[in-house]
Amino acid sequence: MISSAAQQLRASYAFVERNTNLIKRYWSWEVVWLSYSIANSLSVSYIGLGLERIGGLQVDGRRLVLYLVVGTLVWHYLSMIFYWLTDIIGLERWEGTIEYTLMAPIRRLTHMAGQTIFAVVYSLLFTGVILAVSVMLFEIDLASANLAGAALVMLSGSLSFIGVGIVGSTLPLLFPERGSQMTHVIIAALLLVSGVYYPVEVLPGILQRLAIVSPATYVLRGVRAALLDGASLPTLWPEIWPALLMGLVAIPAGLHAFGLAERYAKRAGKLARSG
Amino acid sequence: MNEIAIQARDVYKVFHKQRGHLPWERSDGHSGRQQAVALDRVSFEVRVAEIFGVLGPNGSGKSTLVRVIATLLLPDGGTVTVFGHDVVREAIAVQRLINRVSVEASFFKKLSPMENLIYGARLYGLSAAESRTRIIEILTRLGVERWAIDQPVERMSRGMQQKVAIARALLTRPALLLLDEPTTGLDPRSKREVHTLVRELRDLNSTTILLTTHDMLEAESLCERIAIMDAGRIVALDTPEALRGTVALHQGHPPTLEDVFLELTGKLLTADGK
Ligand SMILES: Nc1ncnc2c1ncn2[C@@H]1O[C@H](COP(=O)(O)OP(=O)(O)OP(=O)(O)O)[C@@H](O)[C@H]1O
Ligand SMILES: [Mg+2]
Repeated sequence: MISSAAQQLRASYAFVERNTNLIKRYWSWEVVWLSYSIANSLSVSYIGLGLERIGGLQVDGRRLVLYLVVGTLVWHYLSMIFYWLTDIIGLERWEGTIEYTLMAPIRRLTHMAGQTIFAVVYSLLFTGVILAVSVMLFEIDLASANLAGAALVMLSGSLSFIGVGIVGSTLPLLFPERGSQMTHVIIAALLLVSGVYYPVEVLPGILQRLAIVSPATYVLRGVRAALLDGASLPTLWPEIWPALLMGLVAIPAGLHAFGLAERYAKRAGKLARSG
Repeated sequence: MNEIAIQARDVYKVFHKQRGHLPWERSDGHSGRQQAVALDRVSFEVRVAEIFGVLGPNGSGKSTLVRVIATLLLPDGGTVTVFGHDVVREAIAVQRLINRVSVEASFFKKLSPMENLIYGARLYGLSAAESRTRIIEILTRLGVERWAIDQPVERMSRGMQQKVAIARALLTRPALLLLDEPTTGLDPRSKREVHTLVRELRDLNSTTILLTTHDMLEAESLCERIAIMDAGRIVALDTPEALRGTVALHQGHPPTLEDVFLELTGKLLTADGK
């Protein structure tokens, strides 16, 4: 029993190590991707400073910049976790190793755990670099921010996106050709309704209703309340529990769905076609 | 231990060829669904420490059979057990006992053989430290040069990659080794090295081996018994000598295994569009 648990733990490290090796070998791609993300993130944040000039409005540029920086960082972080998890099958199908991984004596939980640990660490580091650049360029004042509160909101957000990612990871199993594209649709919908760059209140009613079921809505609102207004923990709780709950529901539901999708793929012959 | 390594009973597998990607493109129920019966009530047994060959024309179902045994495909009917464990209900127990080499060497192309194999080893619960020396040992034995072990796999020739694939399977010391055309693409010397290795595995470790191949001489020299498949069915199963005995003298000379193959296969219509 213990040796079996140790074996599963060791196996889940296999995915961390493998992904680390992969990004080392594809490092030039990582540099491109990081530069792109930094440019993307900064150009959104500069809108905060630009707005005053564009509209001649009386806005608090600093506050606006922080609002947008939070949006772009949180979104980068959450969507990156999502993509690493949904790519769990696509990555290996592309390399052709999928059958070898799926015939290894490991539980899917072990497999997902390994990929999740990697996804979270990678996304933290990646977003950390963008954060560092943002802090250098914009005079961000966090003196009155509730950093611990923001971290707690992010934790519940991570859980919920791990759940959403696991649910999304079934798509490439079910649809070998189109599954990956479908995951882009999920992320685009979440980007639209969750209030990444604007309060959800500006959306039409129907989209606002969708915002309620997006965990990102709560995460963004919570992190902003913590960093911009220094909101205390009791004030943040209404943003923490919904994301937490979604994660606690989506993770087991996603694992179960993945199991079913895997059975379907093994019955229909969707894992590999050649050989 | 159980005397039987693989027991297959009435294994049935059918593939549906779909027309479109989207649900409404393919849900025309009656008319457009084509199906291919890849395994048509296949039954056989492989004894422990036996080298068992599976021959058959392209598309006769050999790889499908291997995948069902390897828990990568679920059968639509019948049962397969590996050392007494059902491949559907006790998949993880089966997975611990097997490994597989397929025609195409499937690796993370940018990673080195060492990195690929350590990944594989960890999935089977082996530690990196104990695996490292063994990986070098096995790869050297198979004739992979030292310098290549830490270079990206994509820089190796196809045959070399195939050797790494064989090493990956040997690394986990499987009780049952599934070899799906393992020597396709290997030069004659490398083929012989693989043959020697296969015999050694059987003799020293009592490894059971199921091997598919298009090389009749390979089948004849390695396998104790051979099943010949055609259109998803086993049309003959016996020792190489007995199989040769089933065909009459061929143009004055004793029949070869190839004569038997040609005689027994390719006559059935494929089940497509049935
Ligand atoms: N994943 C799959 N999806 C749909 N059809 C499949 C799939 N795998 C195999 N088939 C079909 O099943 C039949 C048997 O294929 P299989 O790959 O088992 O043949 P094989 O004997 O290994 O052939 P080869 O000698 O060319 O390797 C073929 O008609 C093939 O098209
Ligand atoms: Mg084949």
